[in-house]
Amino acid sequence: MLGILRQKAVDGALSASTFRRTRSALVSARSYAAGSKEMTVRDALNSAIDEEMSADPKVFVMGEEVGQYQGAYKITKGLLEKYGPERVYDTPITEAGFTGIGVGAAYAGLKPVVEFMTFNFSMQAIDHIINSAAKSNYMSAGQINVPIVFRGPNGAAAGVGAQHSQCYAAWYASVPGLKVLTPYSAEDARGLLKAAIRDPDPVVFLENELLYGESFPISEEALDSSFCLPIGKAKIEREGKDVTITTFSKMVGFALKAAEKLAEEGISAEVINLRSIRPLDRATINASVRKTSRLVTVEEGFPQHGVCAEICASVVEESFSYLDAPVERIAGADVPMPYAANLERLALPQVEDIVRAAKRACYRSK
Amino acid sequence: MAIWFARSRNLVSSLRQNLGWSAILIKRDNSPRPVVFTTSTAFFGPVGSHRHESTAVEKQPDFVQQRDEEDALELDFPGGKVGYTSEMKFIPESPSRRIPCYRVLDENGRIIPDSDFIPVSEKVAVKMYEQMATLQVMDHIFYEAQRQGRISFYLTSVGEEAINIASAAALSPDDVVLPQYREPGVLLWRGFTLEEFANQCFGNKADYGKGRQMPIHYGSNRHNYFTVSSPIATQLPQAAGVGYSLKMEKKNACAVTFMGDGGTSEGDFHAGLNFAAVMEAPVVFICRNNGWAISTHISEQFRSDGIVVKGQAYGIRSIRVDGNDALAVYSAVRSAREMAVKEQRPVLIEAMTYRVGHHSTSDDSTKYRAADEIQYWKMSRNPVNRFRKWVEDNGWWSEEDESKLRSNTRKQLLQAIQAAEKWDKQPLTELFNDVYDVKPKNLEDQEVGLKALIEKQPQDYPPGFHV
Repeated sequence: MLGILRQKAVDGALSASTFRRTRSALVSARSYAAGSKEMTVRDALNSAIDEEMSADPKVFVMGEEVGQYQGAYKITKGLLEKYGPERVYDTPITEAGFTGIGVGAAYAGLKPVVEFMTFNFSMQAIDHIINSAAKSNYMSAGQINVPIVFRGPNGAAAGVGAQHSQCYAAWYASVPGLKVLTPYSAEDARGLLKAAIRDPDPVVFLENELLYGESFPISEEALDSSFCLPIGKAKIEREGKDVTITTFSKMVGFALKAAEKLAEEGISAEVINLRSIRPLDRATINASVRKTSRLVTVEEGFPQHGVCAEICASVVEESFSYLDAPVERIAGADVPMPYAANLERLALPQVEDIVRAAKRACYRSK
Repeated sequence: MAIWFARSRNLVSSLRQNLGWSAILIKRDNSPRPVVFTTSTAFFGPVGSHRHESTAVEKQPDFVQQRDEEDALELDFPGGKVGYTSEMKFIPESPSRRIPCYRVLDENGRIIPDSDFIPVSEKVAVKMYEQMATLQVMDHIFYEAQRQGRISFYLTSVGEEAINIASAAALSPDDVVLPQYREPGVLLWRGFTLEEFANQCFGNKADYGKGRQMPIHYGSNRHNYFTVSSPIATQLPQAAGVGYSLKMEKKNACAVTFMGDGGTSEGDFHAGLNFAAVMEAPVVFICRNNGWAISTHISEQFRSDGIVVKGQAYGIRSIRVDGNDALAVYSAVRSAREMAVKEQRPVLIEAMTYRVGHHSTSDDSTKYRAADEIQYWKMSRNPVNRFRKWVEDNGWWSEEDESKLRSNTRKQLLQAIQAAEKWDKQPLTELFNDVYDVKPKNLEDQEVGLKALIEKQPQDYPPGFHV
């Protein structure tokens, strides 16, 4: 039976993740003891925060609607009942206020997890994030450390317009002193959020609203409360040998779909889920490009000074002689996000854009 | 006129019965204000209609009774019950009388009879005076050092010595201080030495800040004094956070944070005070209202009666104190601190004072204010002289003590500066440390690369460049 499934995968009808899911479905149909479970990103984040709050009484959650409303996106569901209003704090509407308070609490030794309803609103608090949280350890010569996590949805959702759709990965990742993480799957969400909460440095944790409801298979290891992913390590979601596609967050799903389509045409794409934008796993990216000789880098955010620009620079600097084609960069359109559905679709990278870029890199199209 | 009133009242009451709510504008005689009349409230006009009261009562007894009942009722809104009034009255933009200033010592250093104040022992009073004088000498000498080009920048607290020292004396060493930047006296009181101040200003190897910050950006964990941060007022919501943290850990301590009059215009002021009140955090907010924010006079900064009136807007207990009166500042801060810790609430103190010095060494305030205004405050309203008079009157201080203190402090400071100048600067590795808790690989590589480059091209680097 497994042999048949493997055959199907080679034919390109199944992607790696579908393969795993089908296999697990078949296996779990036989017995619940064996086989992997599935978990939504929302539940993954919720369980991560719950476990870290349980393990360390200094951890507390703060943000708009995180308590009684169970979280604007239900990420903090059930936490208020479990930990009480002192540790799950509903704030008045002031990003500048509660970010400043979070930073002050972190200065004094607590471990706040500050939620922004969307990172677009974090701009009202960005001075606290950058001038206080990011730079304090350095400016105080190690006397003030800021073990704070800023989390919330980032990037485009669906039909929310210009002020609710910007991706802040490039902005925050340009600042020394911050760590910037971008989970994709449920395992990423759990492992990276737990690592972020435990980390003594300030971490900007960029989630994605559209991924919250998506289910992913999750291993027993990932469900353990001590599970943690290393910060600064990318994950190779799909191995390949013809072209390297790097991306993060929701675009990982698109890249995997693109890889399936490319496989149908005989192009074997290696998909790298960056997981961490700062520190950027340049080693993994470059090792992959040295293997495939071609790079397509994808992001949702604005193209100028984006994450892709940094990756291209890194690859050109470190692996120039390995490149067989110019580096390809796919990013969101250089316009504030329009609202109309057709325009929104045109403003964001789609699977076809990634496929075309990969083919260009492989000299298979213009 | 009377008939008109009677007719209109009948009209109104019949309208009320028929239409429910409606607004009818009826001019009251003798009154310049228009009256917005709602039918659910009775119209008892001014003098002219009193003649009709008895008529009204007889004719419409239910009507009158209803009004009394309505008066006794309160309205229920989110936020609680609130009484109501039919008199349309706007709260004036400023109180008819400004909130008075609490002071204990008069300008001659004599205690005003019947003052409330917390007595201060001879030991504490003498220490307070010595530190105020030390702060004066320190400011003078470091300012001159900047003018001589020995340090790049300095910012004095001249005129605000009482706020600096008396507030520090009133706190416990466990209280966490989040300064703006004009409060080095608090650190001085807590035990930061003149050498330590000098080292930070010179950014040398002994600087606790490892040469990372501009002069006057002192900070010391040991002394519970958070490193000065340049953006204005960011420390205010952070203080609420620190207060919350102390509250959660049930510590016998509060957060104390300082700001200037200018800082109260920042959004963070609103957020910090509002939050501290909602969270019931033990925070003492001390505003040094010194009249100037660089060249912006307070008349251009806000239109309220200073800062003290803003406290009530946030549900915060507040007091206005004469910031140049060391005893008053001591008592006010001490009481505020007790309230903050025992009652777990924020308190706001507005300390009135005057910024005698320039904003900083980058400013020349004679360009925007009169030289004789500055002279007046420097000579006639000097907080150090005022407190000195009181201490001397008690027989705790003498002219001899004064000259000894001033010359010793001056000598110590000059030595500290000379020593600080001679200290080596920070080694190169400190460029790359403390960005994160653990130095990341890219910075390790850059450090190695830079060291190699300096070794390879020493002619491009200053002689004796410290690697």
